[in-house]
Amino acid sequence: MPILHETLLRLWTLDRDVIAIAWLSLRVSLTAVSIGLLVGIPLGALVAVARFPGCGILTGLLNAFMGLPPVIVGLVLYLVLSRSGPLGSLGLLFTPSAMIAAQATLATPLVAALTRQVVADAEIHLGEQLRSLGLSAPRRAGILIYDVRFSLVTAALAAFGRAISEIGAVLVVGGNIAGHTRTMTTAISLETQKGDLSLALALGLLLMGLVVAVNAVAALLRGYAAKAYG
Amino acid sequence: MDLLRRGLLTLSLAAILGAASPACAEPASIVVASTTSTEQSGLFKHILPMFKDKTGIDVKVVALGTGQALDSARRGDADVVLVHDRPAEDKFVAEGFAEARHDVMYNDFVLIGPASDPARIKGLGVLEAFRQLAAAKPPFVSRGDRSGTHSAELRAWKDSGIDLAAARGDWYRDVGQGMGPALNTASALGAYILADRGTWLSFKNRGDLTILVQGDPRLFNPYGVMLVNAHRHPTVKVKEGQTFVDWLISPEGQRAIASYKIDGEQLFFPSAAQTAK
Repeated sequence: MPILHETLLRLWTLDRDVIAIAWLSLRVSLTAVSIGLLVGIPLGALVAVARFPGCGILTGLLNAFMGLPPVIVGLVLYLVLSRSGPLGSLGLLFTPSAMIAAQATLATPLVAALTRQVVADAEIHLGEQLRSLGLSAPRRAGILIYDVRFSLVTAALAAFGRAISEIGAVLVVGGNIAGHTRTMTTAISLETQKGDLSLALALGLLLMGLVVAVNAVAALLRGYAAKAYG
Repeated sequence: MDLLRRGLLTLSLAAILGAASPACAEPASIVVASTTSTEQSGLFKHILPMFKDKTGIDVKVVALGTGQALDSARRGDADVVLVHDRPAEDKFVAEGFAEARHDVMYNDFVLIGPASDPARIKGLGVLEAFRQLAAAKPPFVSRGDRSGTHSAELRAWKDSGIDLAAARGDWYRDVGQGMGPALNTASALGAYILADRGTWLSFKNRGDLTILVQGDPRLFNPYGVMLVNAHRHPTVKVKEGQTFVDWLISPEGQRAIASYKIDGEQLFFPSAAQTAK
């Protein structure tokens, strides 16, 4: 396999540009996941504990939106952020902020749906008790979120995995501009298009390394927090 | 619990602000909608640092097919367009989206196919070659993406008297993608394909493909540059955009274009001096 050898060689000689690209990918995806957690966790927990008409439909919608196609999210955001679109005056198209918005849109329903499931499971054991104390739905949701906090790390990692690996949305709203909005996935796609397969593979290995590293850090933090606060 | 929650909130806010703030402090920059051929051939990577050194203006290139590039400029999402489809460019000016079009450079298209050349087109003229392809029906890859190269291919079928709608079949693969992916597909299929010379020269996954037809005047491929009309889109950065256009067609910009070579071969030939107004 000469391509394997060449790939490893390329991996060894990756330059500063690539580090900037990797950093942008991490920055965009981690920010998007943070937004997804801020919105998705309360939303998912509320849907799990609140009893209201249509909550079954909302649950179904959340679950379905886990499969939101990135390229559609990208296209809709493109039309919204375009200078001719409703939010065009913000000038966000082809910027990292637009890519964050796109990935946050993908991450939020995923976090919300997973949170809803985890909190609903916890509620089977604790819900009766909490309701008997006469606590409001947001209070009960808050307590249950705290109760399942370590399980939510998995939701965060799933959202990160979806964000960092997608290309459809960032390509459309980011434009794959060198040194500005080029991420790991759009760079891999570009090198593949140019027929430089060994460089594309080297970048792919680097991206997988990043994903593994982020997961390892999360596992360590979780272990540490479980010992300290569990 | 409060501590954890507050910590999480602060962290997320910091992340959001951290991500948003660089946009404010950025130096002057313009968005140029251009074609996959200029980006993927490496031309921009070669000339843009020279422009930035001189003017301090950051040029952000979004590489699309010519049709898409013009459309995104029509929506106001680009300050300058640099594309290669003369009829489409003239239409863009006629619609009032740009006040003027300037010749910048040219290269040429090449007709590529497997070295074994089953359709026997090697050395023919373009029209002859396309007639031969329509008769022999070997695998042929078309960009199919309204790019400048796609337009040139469609013109070649038409000019050679082939009714593509009637002639196309399984042999005609419409991939709807950029030059690079189309070349990858052709390379895997051992298919014929029309490509711009710049992308072909910088393309690394050639497999069995080679140039079969070149040098016909019909394969001439001129590029034009246009500043988007600020009367249509007030957000267009006129000063910086005009600076870029002026630099491209100045002797200095033209020299920069001419100095881009791959393996000693020049990819683009300056043409601004001849017709620029």
